[in-house]
Parts: sequence; C-alpha cells; structure tokens
Amino acid sequence: MNIKNGYFEKKMHEHIFKNYEAKDKSSLIPLLQDIQSIYGYLPEAALQDISDFVDMPLSRIYGVATFYNQFRLTPLGENIIRVCRGTACHVKNSSNILFAIETALNIKAGETTRDKKFTIEIVNCIGACSIAPVVTVNEDYYGRISVKDIPNILKKYSKVSKKDNLPQPEVNLA
Amino acid sequence: MIQLKINNVAIKAEEGMSVLDAAKSVGIHIPTLCHLKDLTPTGACRICVVEVEGQRNLVPSCAYPVFKGMSVETNSARVRRARKTIVELLVENHPQDCLVCVRNKNCELQDLSDKYSVREHRYVGEKKDHAIDISSASIERDPAKCILCGRCVRVCHEVQKVGAIDFTKRGFLSTVTTPYNKGINISDCILCGQCILVCPTAALREKSSMKEVAAALNDKRKFTVVQIAPAVRATLGEEYNMPPGTEVTGKLITGLRRLGFNKVFDTNFSADLTIMEEATELIHRINNNGKLPMFTSCCPGWVKYAEHNKPEILEHISTCKSPHEMEGAVLKTYYAKKMEIDPKDIFVVSIMPCTVKKYESSRSELKEESYADVDAVLTTRELTRFFKLAGIEFNDLPEDNFDDPLGESTGAAAIFGTSGGVMEAALRTAYYKLTGKELETLELEPVRGDKNIKEISIKISDMELNFAVVNGIGNIKPIIDDIQNGTSKYHFIEVMTCPGGCVNGGGQPIHQKNDKIQKRMKALYQIDSNMTYRRSHENESVKILYEEFFTEPNSYCAHEILHTKYFDRKIKRKTQI
Ligand code: SF4
Ligand code: SF4
Ligand code: SF4
Ligand code: FES
Repeated sequence: MNIKNGYFEKKMHEHIFKNYEAKDKSSLIPLLQDIQSIYGYLPEAALQDISDFVDMPLSRIYGVATFYNQFRLTPLGENIIRVCRGTACHVKNSSNILFAIETALNIKAGETTRDKKFTIEIVNCIGACSIAPVVTVNEDYYGRISVKDIPNILKKYSKVSKKDNLPQPEVNLA
Repeated sequence: MIQLKINNVAIKAEEGMSVLDAAKSVGIHIPTLCHLKDLTPTGACRICVVEVEGQRNLVPSCAYPVFKGMSVETNSARVRRARKTIVELLVENHPQDCLVCVRNKNCELQDLSDKYSVREHRYVGEKKDHAIDISSASIERDPAKCILCGRCVRVCHEVQKVGAIDFTKRGFLSTVTTPYNKGINISDCILCGQCILVCPTAALREKSSMKEVAAALNDKRKFTVVQIAPAVRATLGEEYNMPPGTEVTGKLITGLRRLGFNKVFDTNFSADLTIMEEATELIHRINNNGKLPMFTSCCPGWVKYAEHNKPEILEHISTCKSPHEMEGAVLKTYYAKKMEIDPKDIFVVSIMPCTVKKYESSRSELKEESYADVDAVLTTRELTRFFKLAGIEFNDLPEDNFDDPLGESTGAAAIFGTSGGVMEAALRTAYYKLTGKELETLELEPVRGDKNIKEISIKISDMELNFAVVNGIGNIKPIIDDIQNGTSKYHFIEVMTCPGGCVNGGGQPIHQKNDKIQKRMKALYQIDSNMTYRRSHENESVKILYEEFFTEPNSYCAHEILHTKYFDRKIKRKTQI
C-alpha cells in the first residue's frame, strides 16, 4: 500500500473511528486491534491518527502497542520464523538458536527484514517439547536443531519466489 | 483524624493520607524512588515497603492509605532486607560508573546503596545496554542509567502535559523513550528539563557546553562576555548549602570574573529592553486591531510548544526575542561598534536556569550577520561544576558589581525569573505608556503566587483590559482552545513553561527540599522591592541605547535586531503506510 498522501488510509481510519467515541481513552486497545486486523501490523501513520482521535500523546500509544505481545509494529514478512522459548527449548539452549537467527538476518525478534522476506517471532511452547529445541518456518517444523543447521534452513526460504523478481535477500550466513 | 501506631509511637493522621505521609509528619523517614508528591502513585519501585500488623506481605507505604488502629513498622529487619535486595538488583543492572558520572554525589541510587550498606555484588546478570541519545541541543538521555522509576514520565504527562516520553516494551526490555525510540530532537519534547529535575540518576541530564566555554576563555583573541539570567542569582547558593532563596548576585559576579570573562553583564538589562519592546508591541496591537491576545515570547519552551502543537496561533506570540538573545544581539551590534570590537571575536555566554535556552541559542534565525547572538548557554548546575573545576570557593568570594552599560537594570527585570513577573513588569510600563501616569501600586498581587492560571483586569484610560498568567505549560490548553473558539477575553497572556517560572527551570539545582520554589520567588520579589528604579522605562542605560542606536522601541532597526519569527514544527503525519 503506497497511496499518495495516505489519503485513502486516513479515510479508512476515520471509518473505523466512527464506531468509537472521540477522546475515550478506554477504546485504545480495541482500536489498535481493529487497525492491526487491516494491515497485519500497526503502521506509524495509523498510530498518529489514533493519537489525534483519542487525544493521547503518541508516546503513550506507542508504549501500549509495544507492551502487549499481540501487537506488531512492523509488517509481517513472507516467511515467519517462530523460535520456541518455552522451558524445554530453553533448557536445550534455544537462546543460542534465536541469537544465531537474529544475527544471520540482521534483525531482532519481532522485526522483519528489509526485503520483507523474514519475520522472527518468539513463541512460548508450541507443544513439541520432545523434539526441543524447535523452530518453525511457516508450516514447517524443525526439531532438535543446532546453530549449524540454521544457514541451510534459511537458504531454503530465501530463494526468490517466482511471482516477484526482488533481488536476492541480504542474508548473512557467516 | 484517626489514631495509628508507627514504630510503636501513637500518632494521629488524616483519613486518606498515605502511610508514607503520616510517617513523614512525625519525622519518620521512609525512602522512596518512584514516588512524586501530588502525582499518581504507581507503587512501581517498592523501596518504600513497610510492615503492617496483620498483613502477610510488605506494603508500599506511598500508595497505602492509613486506617484506624493500624500498627506499622517502617524499619524492621524484614523491611530492611527487602529494601536492600531492591537496591542490590537496581545497582546490578546499572553501569556503576559513578566516578565519571555528572550526578556523582547527587544521585538517589548512590545514596540508597550507601544507606543500605550494599557492599558486594550478590547478583550478577545481563545488564541492559542502550545507546545514549545525544540528538538534541539541550537534553541527553542515557537509558542504561534509568531505573524505570517513571518520575520523568509522570512529570512530562501529568504536569507539563507534553507526553514526549513513555515506558515502552516490558520486562527486561522495558525502557523510557520517545515514540519509535527516535532521537528526542525529532519528538514532541520541548526540552524544558522538568524531567531532569526529578530523575534520581543521570539517565536524564543536560547536554554540557562547558568545553566550548573553556575553549573560548582560553582563546586570547576572543572577547568573552557573560550574562546572568534573573533566576540564577536566587538559586545558585543552594548548590553551596545555602538555604533556598539566598540571593548571591555579588559573589556570582566575582566568580565569573575569576573564571576569566572580560565582561560580566546582566540579562536583567535586556529584560528591561524586552519590556520596552513588548509593551510597545502590545499597545500597537491594541490600537491597530492587531492579533490579540498577545502572548509573551521570553520562554523558548513555550515557543517550541506552540510551534509543535499549535502553529495556527504563532501570530499571537510577541515577536520579541527572549531577553538573553536580545542581550547577545545588542552585544554583537551596538556594543561591538561602540567598543570597536569585531563581532566575530565576541563570545557571549549565558548562565541560564533553563535547558531549552541551549536549543534556542542554536536556532539559526537568532543571529546578527553570520554570528549567533549567543554562543553558549550554561545552566546553573554547569556553572557550579565550572567553579569547582577552576578551584573557586564560592562561599568565600567577595561581592562585586556588574559592568556597564549592559549591567544596569530595574526591579521590573528582576522578577522576570518568576511566574507572573514578566506580566507585572510589562504592565508597569504599558500603563505608563498608555496613560502617561505611573501605576499606583507596583505590586500586582493577583499575578503573584503559585496558582496555575492567574488573572488581572486593569482599567487603562477608558479600556478595561484583561490579562492572564499561565504558570506551567500544562495549563495552556484551555487558554488556546478559547482563542481558537473566539471566546478568549484576554488581551495579553504570559506563559512560562516551568511551574513557578524560571526559578524552577530545568537547569536549576537538583534537590527535593521543601518550598524551594516559593522561597526562590520571594528572593526575586525582594530584589525588586529593594530597588530605587522599579520600572523598565526608568533604566538609564536602556534609554541611552535607544538614543544612540535604536531611536525608539519597535523602530525598523529594533525590529531587525531585537525581534524574530517562528516556524511550524508540527510533526508531520506519515503519509506512507
Ligand atoms: S524535557 Fe520536558 S517535554 Fe521533554 S521529555 Fe522532559 S519533561 Fe517532557
Ligand atoms: S529516566 Fe530517570 S526519572 Fe525517568 S524513569 Fe528513568 S530513572 Fe526514572
Ligand atoms: S520557564 Fe524559564 S526555565 Fe522554564 S523553559 Fe521557560 S525560560 Fe526556560
Ligand atoms: S516509592 Fe513507593 S513504591 Fe516506589
């Protein structure tokens, strides 16, 4: 979405706001949920519009949006990597796995790579403790993995998909 | 009144009082960190825990109301252990670089660590790691030193009602920062520094200009000139253990001479000059159907607030530069010419109670030819550090007087440093200019004191004029709303960003002593009432300045040099999703 002046989005936000009372601070969370259900994340412009509508400083809205795990501030990538940080995985050193993925993609958990190929998310137990440590990419499960396996897993998904001819994503596999 | 026992002493307390306040009223001290008087208690830090008989858990006394017959222990072994653990955890997640920290010896975390005898590192873990935000000209943020007490957040949201910073994320990743963690220079922050005054550590501090000033003092080609803001003389003494409200002008002048400044001038001189210009501008607006009400412009925090939030009303703000900028402008034009000094060699330093003035002095439109009006701004706190560095024992200094001609001032200028002072000074002169007579009572009580909004109406010739004083930027909103709705009854409005005015500026000494603001205000009113001349139009040097240079207030030349313009700085809505 890249419409000039964000006019279309502004109208859309106003449409959502119609269901709420202006300056009602208690409508903040539902508003954020509505916005996220449209974009899949919370764009800065939408937070600015909400800030004007509920008459709260942007800093507070940003604070609330970053406090709850349900909200995202960056758009989702094509591939979603979920790193399990539940107890079993933790014991099996999932923190190293997470660190290795973050380093390889040069983003932090919760963020999306610049080329929009990957998003890293942290999850708290996906019920596959027997094969800990576990990472999922989209629908695929990877169990009992070690840091060594990560470059190969990422390579599988960083291929240029046919429908777009984006340049090869910047993946640091070192 | 209800009866209760604290540490086995029977006391009486008012219903609804917190245990903390009840204990304080009988001289029992309970340590606090997140607590701020008069603001919402959050119970975040729990350093104030006490034992209440019948309660299994310790309770935070700052947020716990007294009840009849309760029995409280504020310093039992259990309480002490709990507090010590809290301090130990805070210390462990802190850089612990006290030896090289600006708040060394004036830090609440350091004090608590000392008080609870933290002598070893019992917890070792990952420390948070954050970049220092040096993006603004006034304020540095060092989140690694932040203990997340939230005092700055509450002051910024509840008192100043700016809301530039807030808690973000949670748990170990929690930080106090701007939206999207951007540099504070591109946030809505107006750089007032009220957050610095409440920060227990050095997580918030001013950007220091000591290096530039020291370099200029060392440079033999530079003609160094210093000026002192009205409010500094009533507060600097506090840094030397004098009670709040001690006036130290004489010693201050000697100290500055010993630092090596060629001339020591007074911002009060240009405060008188400001009044001449501002009163004339007001009268012009009244007589010529100009934009009314007119706002004062001497507080750059207020100007920045309007530029960010209400650019539509910028035309209501007087075009006068703030006093220290006027002083700089006069020094680099009139004075340079008169003394035959090349303006490029004049280095003007302002000693200010204010953090915004650092940013203000960097605004590119505040210059003569290509030379900034003011080259560097030091806060009251930085000056103390400078004196220390130079081995100057402030308490032992003899007294001295300002240099001429930019050192002369009247009582009207002295009160610029307190909320209501600019209004009072302006009215003394405007009344005279409109009627040719002097005001009967010089002390305009309704605009003094610490109310949020102060009002006064005065009949001048056949006009009934209404004036308002906004004491603290947090009270500005309804006033602006009225103007935009066309229902404002006022003609002239003074706005000071800091509650109490510059006596409580963001560059002032940091401590939480009682009544400091009232005492500082009183000191300035005292200077005024001791003066022979108490109206700006009686300042002889200002008169000469007009005769020799500007001809008259608001003349073309005065407009070029003493007035300025403002810009829309509203943060633009992102247009791309
Ligand atoms: S300087 Fe003032 S506006 Fe900026 S964060 Fe601090 S209190 Fe808020
Ligand atoms: S910056 Fe200072 S005042 Fe603000 S939360 Fe951190 S320690 Fe407290
Ligand atoms: S009130 Fe004084 S100290 Fe505070 S921002 Fe304004 S000029 Fe600076
Ligand atoms: S001072 Fe009471 S909880 Fe922080």
